[in-house]
Formats: sequence, structure tokens, C-alpha cells
Amino acid sequence: MSKVLIIAEHDGAVLNLSTAKCVACASELPDVEINVGVFAENGEALAAEAAALAGVSQVIRVDNAANANLLAAMLAPQITALADGYSHIFGPSTTFGKDLMPRVAALLGVNQISDVMTVLGSHSFKRPTYAGNAIVTVEAPADKTVVATVRNASYRAVAADGSAAVETTSVDAELPDHTRFVELKAGKSDRPDLQTATTVVSGGRALGSAEKFEIIYKLADAMNAGVGASRAAVDAGYVPNEMQVGQTGKIIAPDLYVAIGISGAIQHLTGIKDAGTIVAINKDADAPIFEVADIGLVGDLFSIVPELEAAISQ
Amino acid sequence: MEKILVGLKRVVDSNIRVRVKSDGSGVETEGVKMSINPFDEIALEEALRIRERGDASEVIVVSIGGTETQQQLRTGLAMGADRAIQVEIDHAADPLTCARILLALVNKEDPGLVMLGKQAIDNDNNQTGQMLAALWGRPQATFASAVVIEGTAVKVTREVDMGLETIEVDLPAVVTTDLRLNEPRYVKLPDIMKAKKKPLEQIPFADLDIEVATEIKETNFEPPQERQRGVIVDDVAGLVAALKDKGLL
Repeated sequence: MSKVLIIAEHDGAVLNLSTAKCVACASELPDVEINVGVFAENGEALAAEAAALAGVSQVIRVDNAANANLLAAMLAPQITALADGYSHIFGPSTTFGKDLMPRVAALLGVNQISDVMTVLGSHSFKRPTYAGNAIVTVEAPADKTVVATVRNASYRAVAADGSAAVETTSVDAELPDHTRFVELKAGKSDRPDLQTATTVVSGGRALGSAEKFEIIYKLADAMNAGVGASRAAVDAGYVPNEMQVGQTGKIIAPDLYVAIGISGAIQHLTGIKDAGTIVAINKDADAPIFEVADIGLVGDLFSIVPELEAAISQ
Repeated sequence: MEKILVGLKRVVDSNIRVRVKSDGSGVETEGVKMSINPFDEIALEEALRIRERGDASEVIVVSIGGTETQQQLRTGLAMGADRAIQVEIDHAADPLTCARILLALVNKEDPGLVMLGKQAIDNDNNQTGQMLAALWGRPQATFASAVVIEGTAVKVTREVDMGLETIEVDLPAVVTTDLRLNEPRYVKLPDIMKAKKKPLEQIPFADLDIEVATEIKETNFEPPQERQRGVIVDDVAGLVAALKDKGLL
């Protein structure tokens, strides 16, 4: 039987949806018992939220002032101290999990499986490599803890109708003082979150400037959509880094993805592969984005986008 | 600080669209252009700038692999690294083994900073830097978009899902680099000539006395499910109608 510890991602107040997606992935393991570890400064509400995730049997709550900012160097020794008895330790393949989980794996003396997209068995998984151009089947050693990150876009969050027990515990681990949080500059937006929005509108280099990118926001608001961007648009400074979609940005799976003025480099396409419907608007009929788009419209985005916005707003 | 150690991985060039071999044993690398992992190139550029600002005196590039990795090391030397180390190994090393190798070099060279790309664009693992930091018992600052040395510490701005996070870590430390940290310099011909004379040390893997980590076995490679090319509509009215058809509007 498998016993999984999932490391909850949160902002101190609410769980990130990635946690419920990790539970969905872990639920595919054969004969599995799922625990969620909530490491926070004060994890009472977070633990209650985790306890409600369907399929979770127990929540381990570890409160510590050092957990206020979820620094990998602080969390890894605490997770390692709790690892005994678990066959698997899962975290999300978000920047939080990508930073943390390899540190945990190394402390446990094992390699990590990054970006699990399919569970084939207790120690067998599929994951993407080469920017998603190859899917590899991997086998982890049977006698070692499986440490893995879960590819968010491959899973739907489990329901919140469970009622697991919460165990509050303290962990005997020596925490370092070599790493200090300074600040987080978070993009402020009332729009749906890029990683969980059901509709996402993205703009590319063809927008030409931060000012002209405004038409993407307007269309997104008309569609109640999250907003993303290609690497080119981020590099050019039209939008901040957290909006980048692709191999090295965010991997997303909205029901509807609208790519505007994005040519469709493979590094971008790997970030949207799991979208339900892809719409492409581009003036270049030969742009690679049209090879994957379900609906394409060739033309000048500066006339199409306002027209589309007006049509939808009606 | 005296030294900065920079890891350079030899990978299939980022402009190549890789193909899975028909027998599922891997991807085609025969005759394919190979380059320095782009994130590692950014790590090297940053190390060179730190040295040029006077915050470090020597930049050492390291690669793990066969003789062919010397090409990437020579490119690193041409960019401006002072010397190179090739850890000779005849098979692809997993991230934990790479971290153990780098730790052995860290113990030998005693660098103030180790800089690596945040991930290699071939296996997309994003692990080695964090693992090295764990084994070394030192701080990690991953996904860096700004690196400022402040005496015995380094302030690093990190590209995270929420935005930009800044942390301060004591040296020595491991920093892994993201795309927007810098734009690597172009190598000029005279630099390539000069690089040929710079020292390149070869260390057989066996000499480092490292336990090879238990590997995650890669048993099969397959191409991803391709999306099908859809329809092209003529105008906005056609687009709106198509979206309504699918129940998306």
C-alpha cells in the first residue's frame, strides 16, 4: 500500500488550488492513504481547508514562525523529519514545489520525479521532457521514498466535501538562519488567476507595447478571463513575468485559450497543450500557432480584438 | 569572494524540435546541433559580470560528461571563464549524482557562489541546484532575475508564480538562473582563439569517489498527443459563432 504526504501550497490565508490537484494525482496511486502537510505560521484555517479535500485521510499541521514565507531551506528539514513511514512525498510543480521538493529529495538521498502527468502504478509515472516534445515513462526504485512534483495542468482539483482529521504537531528539526525573506512584489489584479481561470486571453510580441497590450485586458474583462503572455511579450516589458505561459513560465489548462499576436514557438505551445479549445488570432497565416488552434482567424489584431470585445459585450 | 563555480550542461540546441526514436528508447540526438543549456549560459554571463564588477576574482566552468562536453566548456572559456573542469563520465548522470559531483568540486575549490541554470531544456528536471544546496547545507536562491552581492550575502530576486520575490542569503550559496537575468554576450573570434590556451582539467568520475544515486529509470519515450489543426474562420462574426457552437460564449 502507498502512503502519501502532500505538501500544501498556500499564501498564509488560503490553499493554492495546486494542493487539491496534488490530491487528485495521489488518488490515482493504487491502495493509497493520503495525508496533507500544512506548514505555516498559523495553519488553523489552512488545515481545515485541507481536511475538506476529498480523499485526504489526515492533515498534519506544523505551525512555526519560520514557516511564514515558505522558504525551501526552512521547510525541507521539517518535511524530512516527518518523512518516516511515507512511501511518497508529493508537491505541486509550481515555483513553490519546484524550489522545495528537490531539496527534500536530496536530503532523503533520492532522485525526484518532476512534473508527473500520469500515474501508471505506485512507482511508475509519465512525465514530459524536451518542452513536452517527448513523454517519458519512468520507474522509481521500489525500495526508496518517491519524491515527485505534480504537473498541475494534468489534474482537476478534487472536491472539498471531505472531513479528515487534523493532527497538530511540532517537528524536531534544526532550521538554518542563512536564508531571509525580504519581500514579495505580487501583481495586483482583480482578474481570474491565470493558473485556474477557465478562460485565458494571452498576448504576444505583436501587441508592440505595454500601452497597446491594454486591448488584451479589455477583451479578457469582457470574457471574465485570466490574462497571459508569450515570453516575447514579457521579455519586451509589455507585462510582468508572472504572466508568462510556456515551458519556463506557467503550464495552464483552461477550457478556452485565446492566443493573440502569438506566433506559437514550441516553448509556448507546451504551456497550453491541455487547453480545451485554442483560438488563434494572428496576421501571419503561416504562424505555427494555427497548427494547434481549434479556431483560427487571420488578420490584424488591432481591428479584430476591439470588434470581438464589442461583439462579446453585447 | 574568490571563486564562482558555474555548471554548463551540453544539451540539444533550443531551436531544434526533437523527435522521439521509433523504438521508444529516447530522442534523436544523432547529427543534432548541441549547445550550452541556455539557462546555464545566463548563469555564466552573470558570474562574469560579478567578476567584472570586482565582486569575484575567478570564474570556473564545469561540465559533466564525455569528451564532447569540452566544446561547451571551450565556449564558456571563450565567453570569459578563467578555467574549466570536465568531470569525465560515460553515461548520462542523474540530478542527484550531478549534485554529488558538484559538491565534490565545491569541497575542492571552495567557491563563494555556485551558479547553475534553473533547469536543463532537455530533461526539464529543475533539480540539480536545489539538491546541491541541500547536500552542501547551504542556501539556495532559485529562478533568479536579479543578483546583487552585498558583502557576505547575496540578495536575489526570484521569478515566482505570484510575481517577484526577493530573498537574502548568506554566502556561500547556490543561485539558479531564470531567463530574464541577463542577455549572454556573443563570443568573438579572438576570444575563441584565446580560449584554446585556457586550462581545461579533466577529472575521471571514479576519482571523485562518489556513490552513484539510485536512478529513476526511463523505460519508454513516446511523442506527445498532437492537437489537430482546426478551422479557419473568416471574420469576428464567424469566430463568435464558432465559440457559441462549442458553448464557450
